[in-house]
Amino acid sequence: MDILNAIVALSNFVVIPALAYGAQLALGALGVTLIYGILRFSNFAHGDTMAFGAMATILLTWWLQSLGVSFGALPTALLALPFGIAVTALFVLGTDKVVYQFYREKKVKPVVLVIVSMGVMFMMNGIVRFIIGPDDQNFADGARFIITARDFKEMTGLDEGLAFKTTQGITIVTAIIVVALMFWFLNRTRTGKSMRAYSDNEDLALLSGINPERVVMITWIIVAALATIAGVLYGLDKSFKPFTYFQLLLPIFASAIVGGLGSPIGAIVGGFVIAFSEVTITYAWKKVLVYMLPEPLEPSSLVQLLSTDYKFAVSFVILIIVLLFRPTGIFAGRSG
Amino acid sequence: MTLPLRNVLLFGLVFLLIIGVGFLQGWNVALGIVNMGLISAIMALGVNMQWGYAGLFNIGVMGFVALGGLAAVLIGMPPVTEAWAAGGARVLAALAIGAATIAAAVYVWQHMARGWLRTGLLLALLIGGFFIYRAVFDPAVAAIEAVNPAGTGFLGGLGLPVLMAWPVGMALAAGAAWLIGKTALGLRSDYLAIATLGIAEIIIAVLKNEDWLSRGVKNVIGIPRPVPYEVDLQGNPDFVARMQSLGADPAAGSAIVVKLAYAALFLIVLAALIWLAEKALNSPWGRMMRAIRDNEIAAEAMGKDVTKRHLQIFVLGSAVCGLAGAMMTTLDGQLTPGAYQPLRFTFLVWVMVIVGGSGNNFGAVLGGFLIWFLWVEVEPLGRLLMDVVTAGMADGSWLKAHLLESAAHMRLFTMGLLMVLVLRFSPRGLIPER
Repeated sequence: MDILNAIVALSNFVVIPALAYGAQLALGALGVTLIYGILRFSNFAHGDTMAFGAMATILLTWWLQSLGVSFGALPTALLALPFGIAVTALFVLGTDKVVYQFYREKKVKPVVLVIVSMGVMFMMNGIVRFIIGPDDQNFADGARFIITARDFKEMTGLDEGLAFKTTQGITIVTAIIVVALMFWFLNRTRTGKSMRAYSDNEDLALLSGINPERVVMITWIIVAALATIAGVLYGLDKSFKPFTYFQLLLPIFASAIVGGLGSPIGAIVGGFVIAFSEVTITYAWKKVLVYMLPEPLEPSSLVQLLSTDYKFAVSFVILIIVLLFRPTGIFAGRSG
Repeated sequence: MTLPLRNVLLFGLVFLLIIGVGFLQGWNVALGIVNMGLISAIMALGVNMQWGYAGLFNIGVMGFVALGGLAAVLIGMPPVTEAWAAGGARVLAALAIGAATIAAAVYVWQHMARGWLRTGLLLALLIGGFFIYRAVFDPAVAAIEAVNPAGTGFLGGLGLPVLMAWPVGMALAAGAAWLIGKTALGLRSDYLAIATLGIAEIIIAVLKNEDWLSRGVKNVIGIPRPVPYEVDLQGNPDFVARMQSLGADPAAGSAIVVKLAYAALFLIVLAALIWLAEKALNSPWGRMMRAIRDNEIAAEAMGKDVTKRHLQIFVLGSAVCGLAGAMMTTLDGQLTPGAYQPLRFTFLVWVMVIVGGSGNNFGAVLGGFLIWFLWVEVEPLGRLLMDVVTAGMADGSWLKAHLLESAAHMRLFTMGLLMVLVLRFSPRGLIPER
């Protein structure tokens, strides 16, 4: 019985939150890694692209809500999501035309593009704050829980409750669907194959008649979709605040690099590695250990290795360890 | 137009802009811009050393600036003797235990043969060390933070003149930079960027959470000043008489005199730094740095130790950022860890360097002044613009209220726009590298 309670407590406080967070990071890291693979630079504006996508979706959600439209138990934001993606895709395509295309044609060094993306980051950040303001915005509606802690206790008769939030469920399900679609697209369709070819060897791809501008355009559209979905899921699960999205840049890049920049599978694995490490190291283990250990060994302190404010330190340390011992990431990404 | 003349004109323009602020918004505001402009120029010099001379991509400027700020607290604040008695020695002991653990782990890693024995020993050392460290550290911290938490609750500083914090800030930042450089400098530029971004966030997290050290989000206020206080000046009959003979209000005059005193101090530092940086840039060492930046492989083939030189310039540039951070905290008279934001303290400095001209010290200085001026002035200008835009709208309409309220966020957009425009049309900046 104690073992079961320990497992439930562990799932409730560690596994489920880390799964949801990991899915959000993985979607963000997929976007970063795609841009790196196709456009060959680290896009510092990605966090703010996520914020922009989430903002577009939130505005549409509010409009739908004001019309009285709802999605039953699911949040209305899911209905608004496709439109949010479309708006964000148009926005990043515009950015590409106005800003990045010039440098691509001049074939500048990647680091110049990184600095340009810093400028874009400032502008996007400004636009998002200008439109929706710097404050917290709440846009989740529908049912709050799939299972509440109390229902779970009544159902199973255990002492520990297991709460499963709707947003967590949606995050995990959506992430699985999106990732499956992504891999189907990259591995099975002609366009996806041409994207991989372009990423592997640009010259050879051009020689075989692949239109680079089309590849770039499709990449931006996919990145916009991934960023918007990641942004909306994160906003539903936690809350929307432009500054938080900017701060997500660090764990997202850590995920992409740990997995191997340029490798889509790596981005997903990296996202979950970072999320699980962050949550397990900043979780207070007392409750689980009390169930697991015999009485004399029970801990008196919280058994929290690091306070939650140091979660950045966790992503950072994992990043450094991976880079020191396996500089191309877990799934050997590009190193040059 | 010859280049030097153009540069003089550019500096003259910024000077005129600030004079203009003096006439329109008052000399107090103008001097405020000058003081922060001087500090910004020093930060930009530091980043310019790393990026402009050597091509190192450091986006952890905020961390080094914050370490400089911590130095101002550790040197300038009077010590809290009760807190020292309660747990000072124990905290130091805990930190020593932590350092010894890491040193022992590194020693084992380097001196034992690969294998299960080494892995096991390492894990035992690290895990055991961590728990011993926490066992000593946690109660000591609790004891220190229990001493008058509303007033102090931290160890305080050494109570030395705050000017001594400036070199100490440099040293702290340099030490941190050395540690980071040792681990991360071998990596590609993007990786170094992310690593520095991470370390900056960690430094801020430490300042926010380690209340025993920096009071955390409770902020340290009232750091002693290197210049007289306004109140003392106003109470000084000599000063009041002199102000009145000049026909100035003593209260306003005292504020200006204090700001001028700071400006003089900062100007001395900036002048010395520019002189040193110019000497270095035009020496064989500077040429070597640029050679490494432009072609690492060729430089290595010529027998230059690229990794060592990178570490050297990384430490130097970070030390300059630390100096600027210590100066800024001295100017503010307070350390507010919550106020350190990467957009303001890292990326804005990058805008300064890029817009001013990377690789050129005078460019970086110009960028520091110009961008700081815009950072301060875009907000009122934005409000003005919004007033004009919304003039025709009905009062009380939500759009009007929203636009007026959002004017404050235009500065981020403007900075980004400026950066993108400069990168597009004048990629070498306003004062290009010679």
